Amino acid sequence: MQLVLEKRAERSTFIALASPVLAIALTLVTMSIFFLMLGKNPVTALYVYFIEPLTDSYTLMEIAVKASPLIMIAIGLSLCYLANVWNIGAEGQFLMGAVCGSYLAVVTNGTGAGPWVLPAMLVMGAFGGTLWAMIPALCKTRFGANEILTSLMLVYVADLILDYLVRGPWRDPKGPNFPTTASFDPVATVPTLMEFGRLHAGVLLTALLVVVAAIMLSRTIKGFEIRVVGAAPRAARFAGFSSEKLVIFTFAVSGALAGLAGIIEVAGPVGVLQPGISPGYGFTAIIVAFLGRLNPVGILVAGLFLALTFIGGEGAQISMKVPLDLTKVFQGILLFYVLACDSLILYRIRLVAAKPKAA
Amino acid sequence: MKKLLMTAAAAALTLAATAFNATAADKLKVGFIYLGPVGDLGWTYMHEVARQMMVKELGDKVETTYLENVNEGPDSERSIVQLARTGHDLIFTTSFGYMDPTVKVAKQFPKLKFEHATGYKRAENLGTYSGRFYEGRYIQGVIAGKMSKTGTLGYIGSFPIPEVISGINATILGAQSVNPNIKVKIIWVNTWFDPGKEADAAKALADQGVDVLMQHTDSPAAMQVAAQRGIYAFGQDSDMIKFGPKTQLTSIINNWGPYYVKQAKAALAGTWKAEDTWDGLKEKMVLMAPYTNMPDDVKALAEKTEAAIVAGELHPFKCPVIGQDGKEVECKGGKNLDPGQILGMNFYVKGIDDKFPGGK
Amino acid sequence: MGLVEAIVISIIAASTPLLLAAAGELIVERAGVLNLGVEGMMIMGAACGFAGAYLTGSTFVGALFGVAAGMALSFVFAVLTLGLAVNQVAAGLALTILGIGLSGLIGAGFVGEKIVPAPQLSIPVLTGIPFIGRILFGQNAFIYFSIALVIGIWWFLYRTRAGLILRAVGDSHTSAHALGYPVLKIRLLAVLFGGGCAGLAGAFLPLAYTPFFIPGMTAGRGWIALALVVFSSWLPGRLVAGAYLFGAVSILQLHAQAFGLGIPSQLMTALPYLATVMVLVIISRARGAAGSVAPASLGTVFVPDR
Repeated sequence: MQLVLEKRAERSTFIALASPVLAIALTLVTMSIFFLMLGKNPVTALYVYFIEPLTDSYTLMEIAVKASPLIMIAIGLSLCYLANVWNIGAEGQFLMGAVCGSYLAVVTNGTGAGPWVLPAMLVMGAFGGTLWAMIPALCKTRFGANEILTSLMLVYVADLILDYLVRGPWRDPKGPNFPTTASFDPVATVPTLMEFGRLHAGVLLTALLVVVAAIMLSRTIKGFEIRVVGAAPRAARFAGFSSEKLVIFTFAVSGALAGLAGIIEVAGPVGVLQPGISPGYGFTAIIVAFLGRLNPVGILVAGLFLALTFIGGEGAQISMKVPLDLTKVFQGILLFYVLACDSLILYRIRLVAAKPKAA
Repeated sequence: MKKLLMTAAAAALTLAATAFNATAADKLKVGFIYLGPVGDLGWTYMHEVARQMMVKELGDKVETTYLENVNEGPDSERSIVQLARTGHDLIFTTSFGYMDPTVKVAKQFPKLKFEHATGYKRAENLGTYSGRFYEGRYIQGVIAGKMSKTGTLGYIGSFPIPEVISGINATILGAQSVNPNIKVKIIWVNTWFDPGKEADAAKALADQGVDVLMQHTDSPAAMQVAAQRGIYAFGQDSDMIKFGPKTQLTSIINNWGPYYVKQAKAALAGTWKAEDTWDGLKEKMVLMAPYTNMPDDVKALAEKTEAAIVAGELHPFKCPVIGQDGKEVECKGGKNLDPGQILGMNFYVKGIDDKFPGGK
Repeated sequence: MGLVEAIVISIIAASTPLLLAAAGELIVERAGVLNLGVEGMMIMGAACGFAGAYLTGSTFVGALFGVAAGMALSFVFAVLTLGLAVNQVAAGLALTILGIGLSGLIGAGFVGEKIVPAPQLSIPVLTGIPFIGRILFGQNAFIYFSIALVIGIWWFLYRTRAGLILRAVGDSHTSAHALGYPVLKIRLLAVLFGGGCAGLAGAFLPLAYTPFFIPGMTAGRGWIALALVVFSSWLPGRLVAGAYLFGAVSILQLHAQAFGLGIPSQLMTALPYLATVMVLVIISRARGAAGSVAPASLGTVFVPDR
């Protein structure tokens, strides 16, 4: 006897709705064992991780703030992955977007420049991300160099460029020589939406982006092209779609979105350019993209969900005094269950008698 | 129906509130924000040791919480707010990068007390604290100058921030006081936290003829390389004698514990005030590990140097300080360099051949 | 010991963990599976390897613990991606998060402890030969094993029937399945092998390189190993070249700094990454329009029809 997967004739809507619930239930069972071993109450843990952050306006806002860059980057990445383009260097594009956008904030600092600064910074940020993404894209189309390596290696380079700039040329001239630019002027800062908390205009931009991406993917020729090239490259060639142009296009869009996310983080929640502006957003966004099944609405849900586990994990460190590592274990297991349960939407598990050996 | 749901939600909330805020009101809740994991054996580890000391000394008068691995970018403000919102009365943020977020949160929560390590922005309810680690570096320089036979010291730097620069300068000034021709080779590894890379840098320095190693990175990797190569090294952040029993000359120990205990006691007594604390060997925020693996005369000299610094007779940055360009550095502090000049140091002293990293 | 000799020895040591982990991942990818969880498996190997060596006092037992830890984690990955047809990229990244968390919990009790590093080979006369003696006959067992491993992988892939089948599975799982080969079973073995290698690579760090454990001590080496597999175009010989190129540039930039060349250290630190990108571009360009030679089924799920 053995368990095998069998493809369903249709995707199961019931399981699509039930799968997250099942995943959380399974996580709770697994984590209960962990928590009991540590002498903590598993029910409290569930409450702290999943419910408590949703009971209060401050943490709700923070979930949106944390999810916003993840969703923005993941939407760009989803285009790449749909077209079978392996951009895993969004972290670097995020950083270069932050750097390029910050350039304006640094040169206009204290000059009394008008309200054009912020919009120009956002454009520069998107441009910077695109520019950085063009390196692996062109290396691929011109020289056939694999983009997984080039885009990943450029993450480290971007990090060091940022580091060089804030320790050298862009360092706050009035500060005591610490590695940071001067605090951005109000005209170079993404406005917050409410008096209290950090909810900022970038979150609205992300929401708008989700809508635009959903329409583009399902209703336009470009969306169709991306999906065809990804799913059936040969057929796409017959249809006259150029896979090279698509590599450039998807890299450009994902780079622009990562760069935009970068400058929004710097000009919003952080307020200065400094090392360590990204807690690995570019990498976490890859999980978000796949967890959201490369679909804009799915990515929205996945991004919010992952942000919830981050905020909940922080709550667990505070109220349950558990180490951060336990939260990471929790996140890893949760992701496994979510992915595994998702699989049941497309497949069913069946118990069959062992197949006789092929002759 | 809606009403029922509301009632249920309210009930759940009250239940939760009682479950989580069950601590007695007279307990002081103290929160810590850490940059690394508590087990980094370096900077964060020493703050954690100090937190444990506070718990041990004050027992159930305090309840402590820490958040580890808190990124210095967008996450830090939220982490600090989370501590503030969960009833922590006294919050220590233990890395420079938390400065602006701490200032912001302190403004939002005027009734809470904040302490930021190594920064310079203060407020009514926000104090700063740091150690005069350069004092220890000077003593290490004196020892290194005496112990080096090749006349070349090796220095592994993390990032060229003023704290690290002033450490390098103090070391060289100390070494020059016993050997005017001392040379130093500097490698920047651009990380606080990669034992493999720290070991690689230590090997490279040893291969190039360095016979005394010092580091401003966190792990004992360089100490172990020095032990293998039979040269000398200094520990960092904590006593690392275990990793080099025949290698460690001494180590600078970040001793935050007494300060944390003092501030918590002040908060309990209602006498806490936001201050600028910059303590050194004298106040025992900076300690030297036992002087080991050196001849008695060097040991005596090290002890004498330490005593002179404690007594205030010796200042590592006593004017005139000559810069790399051979010109005297402006002396803003009268007899010695001004604290601001040390905390924001961005020049090399004469005797360092390497190019100064970063702009002026 | 001369400076050049010392530099060569440092380069070999710095390249070894990359080579070990990348060699395992090469087999995994040749079987058509993309496991991005190398960093997670490595750090688990480091934590468990150190624990094993500390508790038993034996480097060998420690290495076995490391291998077992990497394999255990890769088994979880295999259950998900092979058994449940879960997306490999997402599962691999989740594996990294899990590995970092678990290794932190396991390793917490061992922080601040130290062990005796892996012994180095010492053969009378041979080890004493000037220049090449230490390089060829004075290394620790991990380093000899890494070379043997790559040679073994080359022999397996190109000289054995099993290797041929493995490559067939990676290039077209449907054809391989049609020919009657147990695709999922072969992939399971490949994934476990990759996990074991990553675990060993991780264990190398606290057992031989820097004999102590701190959380996160792999510091991104798993990602570099992944990139090197791509760099190698999935060829074992080129993998060695890539790992040693990366190691060489990493070490040489430190020496350049110590010589006081006055170049910004950020540029020096970026050199290994830039060098790998540039060499890949040159290689790819020389290969011309032939393009990528990635296993054709890489990263795609396979569910056998019944």
